[in-house]
Amino acid sequence: MKKDIFQAISDPTRRAILTLIAIQALTPNAMAEKFEMTRQAVSKHIKVLHECDLIKLEHSGREIYYHFNAKKMQEFDHWLAQFRQNWETQFNQLDDLLSTIKEQQK
Amino acid sequence: MNNDLLFDFNVDKAAKTVFITREFNAGQSLVWDAFTKAELLDQWGAPAPMHAKTKYMDFKVGGRRFYAMISPDGQERWSVQEYTSITPKTNFKMYNTFADKDENRELPGSEWDHTFSEENGRTKVSITIFNESFERMEKLLEGFRIGYTMTLANLENLLSTLSGKQ
Repeated sequence: MKKDIFQAISDPTRRAILTLIAIQALTPNAMAEKFEMTRQAVSKHIKVLHECDLIKLEHSGREIYYHFNAKKMQEFDHWLAQFRQNWETQFNQLDDLLSTIKEQQK
Repeated sequence: MNNDLLFDFNVDKAAKTVFITREFNAGQSLVWDAFTKAELLDQWGAPAPMHAKTKYMDFKVGGRRFYAMISPDGQERWSVQEYTSITPKTNFKMYNTFADKDENRELPGSEWDHTFSEENGRTKVSITIFNESFERMEKLLEGFRIGYTMTLANLENLLSTLSGKQ
């Protein structure tokens, strides 16, 4: 079961992590240093972000690097923009319908 | 188009809630009908090029509307709306679930709350949509994708906007 993406980005630390790795892929150790957190605390956030596909893991030698999965964020943003657009379209249709009915009632 | 009419669209992620407010250039009674009568709902209740088709609608507490949004190529997306509370002309609440064509519901659904108020001949409609999971709502848009490019520069903005902490 995939994690809810809204849940994932609700946390300010996770948003900061995403912003940081969008610029540069990081190892868990480097991330813990930057955020002055324990490895365990970082791992928890990573797990949540990874479960909803917002980050990707890449192995390089013995190190693991975390990358930002921009595609997933775009999908999500598409969705939100489209959802809003659908409502706008529907409401414009309703505007037309209301003015037609008002015209008929005159 | 009526560009001066208020339109607000906000998402509160933490509360898993979408807030939509829209003004209409018509009286409260007419707008109420447009939201609560099948023959009117079907004329605007799906974004073009889709259209809505109500199989039946029984607008009373405990009653249901069973309807589909139909795409131009004929694909049908069925939903069931069950009315949980009605205060005539002012407010109604419903529980919305996707369903198959035989009305088998796919739980969980979402809770919708509509409030109507009129001022100076214009009617304001406030809609609150609460979801147990937003992943579920993604289904609303199956097959409807638009092109979009996001730059890294606005990433931080986007993230904080989406999480309601601007």
